Amino acid sequence: MDNKFNITVKNCDLYYGDFQALKNINIDIDEREVTAFIGPSGCGKSTFIKTFNRMNDLIEDCRITGEIKIGGENIYAKGTDVTLLRKNIGMVFQKPNPFPMSIYDNVAFAPRTFGIKKKTELDAIVERSLKQAGLWGEVKDRLRKNAMGLSGGQQQRLCIARALAAEPKILLMDEPTSALDPISTGKIEELINELKVDYTIVIVTHNMQQATRISDKTAFFLLGEIIEYAKTGELFSNPKDKRAENYITGRFG
Amino acid sequence: MSIRAKYEKELQGIFDSLVLMCRHIEAAIEKCVKALTDCDFELARDVFEEEKQIDEMERSIEQACFKILLMETPVARDFREVSAALKMITDLERIGDQARDIAEIAIQFKDEGYIKKLTDITKMAVIVIQMVKDGVQAYINRDLELARSLDATDDKVDGLFNKVMADCIELVKKDPDNAEQAVMLLMINKYLERIGDHAVNIGEWVEFALTGSHPKKIK
Ligand SMILES: Nc1ncnc2c1ncn2[C@@H]1O[C@H](COP(=O)(O)OP(=O)(O)O)[C@@H](O)[C@H]1O
Ligand SMILES: [Mg+2]
Repeated sequence: MDNKFNITVKNCDLYYGDFQALKNINIDIDEREVTAFIGPSGCGKSTFIKTFNRMNDLIEDCRITGEIKIGGENIYAKGTDVTLLRKNIGMVFQKPNPFPMSIYDNVAFAPRTFGIKKKTELDAIVERSLKQAGLWGEVKDRLRKNAMGLSGGQQQRLCIARALAAEPKILLMDEPTSALDPISTGKIEELINELKVDYTIVIVTHNMQQATRISDKTAFFLLGEIIEYAKTGELFSNPKDKRAENYITGRFG
Repeated sequence: MSIRAKYEKELQGIFDSLVLMCRHIEAAIEKCVKALTDCDFELARDVFEEEKQIDEMERSIEQACFKILLMETPVARDFREVSAALKMITDLERIGDQARDIAEIAIQFKDEGYIKKLTDITKMAVIVIQMVKDGVQAYINRDLELARSLDATDDKVDGLFNKVMADCIELVKKDPDNAEQAVMLLMINKYLERIGDHAVNIGEWVEFALTGSHPKKIK
C-alpha cells in the first residue's frame, strides 16, 4: 500500500466467540473522502472501524472472515506488517486519551517509536502536527507541560495531532466529539474538513447533523449489517430503506 | 410529548394552515369570476381582502416552516415535506395575486355588456379551483396519484385558453371596436391559465415530497 488508500471490504463476518457482531459487510470507501458510520448503539460501528487497523487482533475470541483491502492489499494476509498498518491508519477515540506525559512527548511518541531521534526533526514534526490539529497557537508556550492539564477539546485535538505525527494515510475516528462542547466540536469538524484533502477519514458519529455537515458518504448500520450506504446528501434527503429513514428521523422504537 | 410527537403536531399545524389558505384562494377565484359575470364591484373588492389574507397566510406558514427547519432540522421525507410546503405557498400566493388582477379588470368593465359569453372563462375558473384544491389535498393526504393527475387536467385549461383566444381574435377581426374588451378578456384568460400552471407546480412539489425526485429535475 504505497499511494492508494481506499478501503474495500468484501463479505466480512466478525464473531466475538459465538456472537456474530458483523454480518456480510460489503463496502468501498474512497480515499480523500469523509465517510460517516451511523446507527444505534451496539450495531457494530466500533467493531467494524477497528477491523481496518486490526485492533480486533487484541481481542481474544474475536474471529474475522472475508476480505478487507486497503490500497488493494489484503490487510489480513499472512505477512502483513501490523505495526506499519497501524502507522498508516491513525485512530482517535470518543474519550480523549492523552498519555500522562508532556504535550511534546505525546506528539513525539509515534515518530520516536519509528526511530526518529534528532531533536530538530522531532521539533518540526511536533510543530507541524499541532498546527495541523489547530492546537499550536494554544500550546506552543507550554509544550513541556503535562497533557492532562488541557481542556477536553484541547486533549482531543492533541490526540489528533498525536495520530497525525505518525504520518498516517487513513484517520479513523470513533465518536470523536461526543464528549466535547459545541465550540471544540466545531473546531474538530473544521479540522476534519481540512484533513480530508490528504487523508481518508472514517468517522463514527451519533450526531446526524455532524454527519451531514462533514461527510461525503454515510453508511447506516443495524444489528451488524450495513443497511444503506449512499452519498450523505442522498441518504439524508431521500433514504431508500425504511429502517434508515426511521432511524434518522427519530421514529425508531 | 416525545420530540417525534411534537414534530408531527407542528407539521399538522402547517397542514391546517394550508387548508385554510386554500379556502381563501377558492373564494378569491370564485369571487373574481363572479364579479366579472355579475358585474359586481362589491364582490371584486372582497377579492382584494381575500388576497391580503392569502399574503398573511403565506407569511405565517413560511414562519412555521422556518421554525421547523431551524429547531428540528428534519431529514428524509420530513425535510422534503417542509421544503415542499415552503415552495407550494409561493405558488399559492401567486394564485392569490392573479385572482386580484382579474378582480381589478372586472371593476373596469362596468355595465356595458360583454362582446362574448363568459361560459368558457367560467369553466376554466371551475377547473383551476379544483386543481388548486387537489394539489393541496394531494399534499395533505400524501396522494401521489392525485398530484400526478394535475398535469392532465391542466391540458383542459390550456384547451379552453386557446379557444377563448381564438374567439377574441375573431371578434376583433369582425369589429375593431371589440378590441378593448377583447384585450381585457385575453388578460383574464391568461391569468386563469397561469393559475392552472401554479397548481401543476404544486403537484410537482407534492411528488418531490413523496418520492424524493422532482418531475422536472435537472438532468
Ligand atoms: N470485546 C467484545 N466482546 C464481546 N462482544 C463485544 C465486544 N465488543 C463489542 N461487542 C458486542 O458487539 C456488538 C457491537 O458492538 P460495537 O461495535 O461496540 O457497537 P457500536 O460501536 O455500534 O455501538 C455489541 O452487541 C457489543 O456488545
Ligand atoms: Mg461504538
